[in-house]
Amino acid sequence: MSKQDTKPSLEARREFLSKLGRAATCTGAAVGAAALGVMPAVSAKSPPSAEADSFPTKDYDWTKHQWAFGVDATKCIGCLRCVEACKHENDVPRNAHQFRTWVERYVHIEGEDAVRIDSQQDPVNIEASGSEKEFRFANRYKDAKVEKAFFVPKLCNHCTHPACVQVCPTGATYRTKDGVVLIDHDYCIGCRYCVQACPYGARYFNEEKGVSDKCTWCYHRITKGLQPACVEVCPVDARVFGDTKDKESPISLFIRNNRVQVLRPESGNAPNVFYVGIDKEVN
Amino acid sequence: MEPIIAFAPYTGWVYPNETVFEWSVLIAVYPYLTGLVAGAFTVSSLYQVFGFERLKPVAHLALLTSLCCMIFVPTPLLLHLGHPERAFNSTITPHLTSAMAAFGFFASFYVALLMLEGWFAYRPFIVEQAQKRTDLLGRFYRLLTLGSYDVSEHAMRYDKKWIFALAVIGIPAAHGLHGYVGFMYGSLKAREWWSSDLMPVIFLFSAIISGVSLLAVLYVTSCKLRKIAVDLACLKGLAYTIWAFIMVALVLEGLEFANIVYKGREGVDVIMQYVTGPLLIPYFILQFAIGAITPFLWLSYMIWRGTTGKALVVGVTVCAILVLFSVFMMRWNVVIGGQEISKTGKGLLSYQMPFFGKEGALMAIILTLAPLGLLYILTRLFPPWADEATHAHS
Repeated sequence: MSKQDTKPSLEARREFLSKLGRAATCTGAAVGAAALGVMPAVSAKSPPSAEADSFPTKDYDWTKHQWAFGVDATKCIGCLRCVEACKHENDVPRNAHQFRTWVERYVHIEGEDAVRIDSQQDPVNIEASGSEKEFRFANRYKDAKVEKAFFVPKLCNHCTHPACVQVCPTGATYRTKDGVVLIDHDYCIGCRYCVQACPYGARYFNEEKGVSDKCTWCYHRITKGLQPACVEVCPVDARVFGDTKDKESPISLFIRNNRVQVLRPESGNAPNVFYVGIDKEVN
Repeated sequence: MEPIIAFAPYTGWVYPNETVFEWSVLIAVYPYLTGLVAGAFTVSSLYQVFGFERLKPVAHLALLTSLCCMIFVPTPLLLHLGHPERAFNSTITPHLTSAMAAFGFFASFYVALLMLEGWFAYRPFIVEQAQKRTDLLGRFYRLLTLGSYDVSEHAMRYDKKWIFALAVIGIPAAHGLHGYVGFMYGSLKAREWWSSDLMPVIFLFSAIISGVSLLAVLYVTSCKLRKIAVDLACLKGLAYTIWAFIMVALVLEGLEFANIVYKGREGVDVIMQYVTGPLLIPYFILQFAIGAITPFLWLSYMIWRGTTGKALVVGVTVCAILVLFSVFMMRWNVVIGGQEISKTGKGLLSYQMPFFGKEGALMAIILTLAPLGLLYILTRLFPPWADEATHAHS
């Protein structure tokens, strides 16, 4: 090959390589920019994925409300009417293993270091109620010297940064604009990643429907101006529900007039169920 | 009628909804299979990209093994879904904040890559068979040529470039896929047993040792079945690879455990109660002592003494089987173990594995062995053996 032949081919090669270099730089920059754009979107603090303007009825505007829930544990008497009402209202499987809401009992017995905790699903309590469809707390500590005891109602915390929504691969579970975390049962694939991700154990898997399920704060009721079923039936007003956008609503007053706390604040989920009167063991 | 939900016995305080185990043994099989994919691909790459000539006898077998395992990776997931017919929802409308949403893309990209690399690697063989055979299989091979019968030196050089490029892309793809599987668990803050930054790397290294071990077992078995001598240099190469990576895997797992214990966050008492109680045998005895430390010491001894011949073949094969078992136990201890520790940090649950059923032990065994069945068929269609004049090796 003569020198003249080599030179242009070398130049061409150099030119090609420099083009390649520029292309690589551009691609790198594009990938970098895309990564920067994606980072906030995939972080735990991402905005809700639901974007429609009005849902679920024409006369309900979800931008006008911001729902929240309060629990006054000092008032709860552990009657479990809330649990039964919820099961009826929301078609929750009638067994002792799947709940949208439940009540925990904390008992300190004299001479014991650890607190004793049980819930209505405990076999002893089921035996006392005589059925997995009705719930009672067995009077199991009647002979013990009880130092301190209290009940804690639990339910989905409808977190501002819900871990369950973050991990859902299809977006079937989402946070509405009025602050409720819902599940689209027609879109859920039933992978149960959300059940694993919830630090509160608020979700369960409905085997019959093949989808995840949990408390919706009775979204079908609250969007019609009604109270959630559990709040409605509570005989002692231990459960409080309302719109935080209304400064005189029961929940606004509850939060304003009490020193409230949330469960597992360290999770970063920012729960929206506010508690009064719970002890250090409650999480 | 038998209840459709199996309830788990428990001790201490657990949330009511936790008494149903949501992720079954199949979810342990899933990362086990992806791990084998990544590990087997590592072997293929060591030869194709890094020029480990001594691994040539298993290079093509590695590629086929990787492909066979990858094809079966989605099956445990599909069987587990409440609505398998909606599985593609996560691919059609992926929710980008979810680690799981990427699975469909990762998996299909990787299957495509493996098939493409396999096609280039087997092209000379396919062309030869297509021209030689006149039966139905001949038609199959003719279809597979995709109309290209050019096996000239020039074309082969071109193919080799493609194989190299695909193998290079395959390394981050395979390891990314598996590291991502680890991230799915490690990123869940709800479970102390899973929530670890080390989880993806732990998954990755255990994946590599499992895949390499599988190849060692498959290679020795294939030699016995074909009644040919085992290439000791090749087997030693695999043994070195297992030895090197098992060290890292052990250190990482040790660090992970030390971190949990040393940080001693809320709930650590229950974790300690768990690892010294129900987890003692599956974790310390089966996964570590028998599955990892025994083969590590045995391999070290063989390398140190320069063991060769039958002793080497038997030693490496047994070690490889132990490693395969150890890695399965690791998947089990992560997936099942994580759920046996209650989110309350105050109670323990006990997983009751059914034998029959959609998510039972039998199904788990079938799905774990199914890739080997497929591999048997594929080795008939595409012999991966380097010693035969199959021209499979470019």
